[in-house]
Amino acid sequence: MTKNNSRRDFLKSTALSAGGLILGFNWFGQEASAATVVEGIANEAGNTAFNAFLSIQTDGIVTIFSPNPEIGQGIKTAFPIIVAEELDADWANVKVVQAPLDTKKFERQVAGGSGSIPHSWQRLRKAGATARQMLVEAAAKRWGVSASECSTEKSFVIHTASGKKLGYGELATEAAKLTPPTDVKLKDKKDFKLIGSTVKGVDNQALLTGKPLFGLDFYREGMKFAMIQRPPAFGMKLKSFDASAAKASASGIEVVSLKDKVAIVGKSTWEVKKARDLVKIEWEKAANLESSDDHNRIFKELLDGKAEVRRKDGDVETAFKDAAKIVEAEYQCPFLPHNPMEPMNFFAHVREDGVELVGPTQTPQNAQNQTAKLLNIPAEKVTVELTKMGGGFGRRLGTDYVLEAAELSSIIKAPVKVMWTREDDMSGGSYRPAVRYRFRAALDKQGNMIGYTLRGAGINAGNSTRQDNFPAGAVSNLLIDSAEHKSPITTGPWRAPITNFLAFAEQSFLDEVATAAGKDAVQFRLELLEKAKTAPTGEIKYNIDRMKAVIELAAEKSGWGKKKKGVSLGFSVYFSHASYVAQVAEVVMKKGKPVLQKIYAAVDCGIVVNQSGARNQVTGGIVDGIGHAMYGNLTFKDGTPDQKNFNAFRLIKMNEIPAIEVSFVNNGIDPTGLGEPALPPTGGSVANAIFKATGKRLRNQPFIEEDQKLFESVS
Amino acid sequence: MANYNLKINGQTLKTEASPDTPLLWVLRDNLGLVGTKYGCGMAQCGACTVHINGEATRSCVLPVSAVADATITTIEGLSEKGDHPVQKAWDAIDVPQCGYCQTGQMMTAAAFLKKNAKPSLEEIEAAMSGNICRCGTYHRIKEAVQLAATKM
Repeated sequence: MTKNNSRRDFLKSTALSAGGLILGFNWFGQEASAATVVEGIANEAGNTAFNAFLSIQTDGIVTIFSPNPEIGQGIKTAFPIIVAEELDADWANVKVVQAPLDTKKFERQVAGGSGSIPHSWQRLRKAGATARQMLVEAAAKRWGVSASECSTEKSFVIHTASGKKLGYGELATEAAKLTPPTDVKLKDKKDFKLIGSTVKGVDNQALLTGKPLFGLDFYREGMKFAMIQRPPAFGMKLKSFDASAAKASASGIEVVSLKDKVAIVGKSTWEVKKARDLVKIEWEKAANLESSDDHNRIFKELLDGKAEVRRKDGDVETAFKDAAKIVEAEYQCPFLPHNPMEPMNFFAHVREDGVELVGPTQTPQNAQNQTAKLLNIPAEKVTVELTKMGGGFGRRLGTDYVLEAAELSSIIKAPVKVMWTREDDMSGGSYRPAVRYRFRAALDKQGNMIGYTLRGAGINAGNSTRQDNFPAGAVSNLLIDSAEHKSPITTGPWRAPITNFLAFAEQSFLDEVATAAGKDAVQFRLELLEKAKTAPTGEIKYNIDRMKAVIELAAEKSGWGKKKKGVSLGFSVYFSHASYVAQVAEVVMKKGKPVLQKIYAAVDCGIVVNQSGARNQVTGGIVDGIGHAMYGNLTFKDGTPDQKNFNAFRLIKMNEIPAIEVSFVNNGIDPTGLGEPALPPTGGSVANAIFKATGKRLRNQPFIEEDQKLFESVS
Repeated sequence: MANYNLKINGQTLKTEASPDTPLLWVLRDNLGLVGTKYGCGMAQCGACTVHINGEATRSCVLPVSAVADATITTIEGLSEKGDHPVQKAWDAIDVPQCGYCQTGQMMTAAAFLKKNAKPSLEEIEAAMSGNICRCGTYHRIKEAVQLAATKM
């Protein structure tokens, strides 16, 4: 992300016309603390004409604007918590407003990579602390005392000696006349009250009463409805179409082509859907129509062929020549659709004077830029309003569905909401890439891992390895490379890109190596970390102590090493998106089948901002990880996915989840990400426990299809 | 096209739709009741669950013509002030992540608890396992149903 320092001085300061304080902050560059009171604001908070960071009305209501897209990760609650903590605001009087895209005011308005909190942590704290300091100064001035004699609590400034109190609302107008301080003191972390507490989602009330919040809930007078028929197979393109029957099916139906797609426009969702079924379309082959069988063959070719070296330490060849024992295994995963519960959709209104976009996107700035490029207009002519997203899991990082809406609106010259059906969504591509990994490990006589190789073979996966991940640095001789097949089947980032499966493969393989070495799974990993610490090989890009701490915490919580009758334990640990998660899975045998009973998760994401949100992310990530490892499968026949809806694509349900116990490491480190890191280690802990319980090593996902017999009696 | 006077949330709402239109789209496109969600269109996920004469029903495959005389309740009518025990429990437990499926989850839970005021954990799981939550909030849903059961 580029820093935009030229905008350092854009912020101004003033009072609300009705009194009160509106503070804008320099969002660009963590070091810049410039804050100013925003000028020229005529309206009360809630007016979308301003994007100031926070405002305090004379009635004491604190409004905090949350710039990042809310996708279920809880950012709309977490961001304001951080501001309110430093402001010492009474949470009960805090109002949170979703800010629209504004590249002049905010930076990194993105939901992705578990990066929002780490990026914004200091900025948000400074925002709150600056406002707090101004309120204190205003109170001190009024009382004729020194600011240092005052403290704050729950939206009040208190003169400690006399016990005098003034509410933030009463001080806001005076505070607005002060020059914002450039150097503010942040709280000592041990004094945090709101951060680290349990705070409910700020949208709960609206969500639970069915208020319009999501993209699909957006309706506007005169808006048209549209669906798009996309090629039925990856590798096909549009040849011709006949829309006569469709147009006759209801009044107002329009049918237009968008490059290789056909758009059907009408006055209601159902009329459009029915009309779409009546459009006769001829498609033609434009590229290879690949099937899953082709992919299996391609994987073998990639694994045996040439690859791009990603990391090379020591002399792998000699290590394997000298090995007392060699362990080899291959692991494979299928394509996966993201399947957010709210399918893709977007509203666009292309007018003469500009473009209005409204909908669910993880990357509003990309939506703006690419729409501007598509329509050949300046980016500032495109506005993007962010709705809540009914999930995304990476799918809404793409802008394809936004551009479709914009293009269609420009053709039909009308406001339009394009909606994807579930079938459109599941067969529309941008999948988690299918990958196969080949591992080899060389052990010496004492069971030390002296050599390690990993080759990733991916289909549109880019680099399917993460070459600097553990155990890199802990093995003297190591080679990691990758090879890729370019396919017409489109792929994209899927929650915890690459590591969502790589972690399973690595952590299962390490389990295989530990077993071959006759070592305990936890002990084996700790020995490797010790080696990385005392005799590192090459660069080490993970924090050894933090990884060790979560390993030990998970082991402690789960009673690792202590015999539990009839219970088999599986271990896994992973570092991704700057956070560390270790897991222990418990499997018991019931009627001859392995049943996942419990998962213990030990998490180091630094400071926990919101206990409720954080636990929800970890638990949800684990459920996601179990579900896709067990059941998720998207297969292809001649370029067409075999699974198009939830009748054929199995998502995990309530009766299939284990108990989950989450423990956080309290190390006081600035917070790191949490939307993704709990998912990657899940497949490994589960598979390793199933191996312990049954002797069956699961190497391919979904597990249920790798060994149907093993799970046959699973309900 | 046909005219309907639908009994929804204690009111009679007039609308025009072709008889095969699923109730879901009449609610959303015609009547502005968008709390009922589209998820799959084939009664697989439960996001569109409403009450038809008190029974939890998938509205995405239910033609409006079939409910012309029925008593229909949507999330907007589950309670007047958003304070049905199920809604309160969902808030207290802080169930939602993205929240998209939760209205359907609550409609399923509310109809279930009306019939089974003291459900066992297994009964809750059986009743709720037709509703998909892609975010994986199942633990909290389970807890919230248990909590709501104590308040019904």
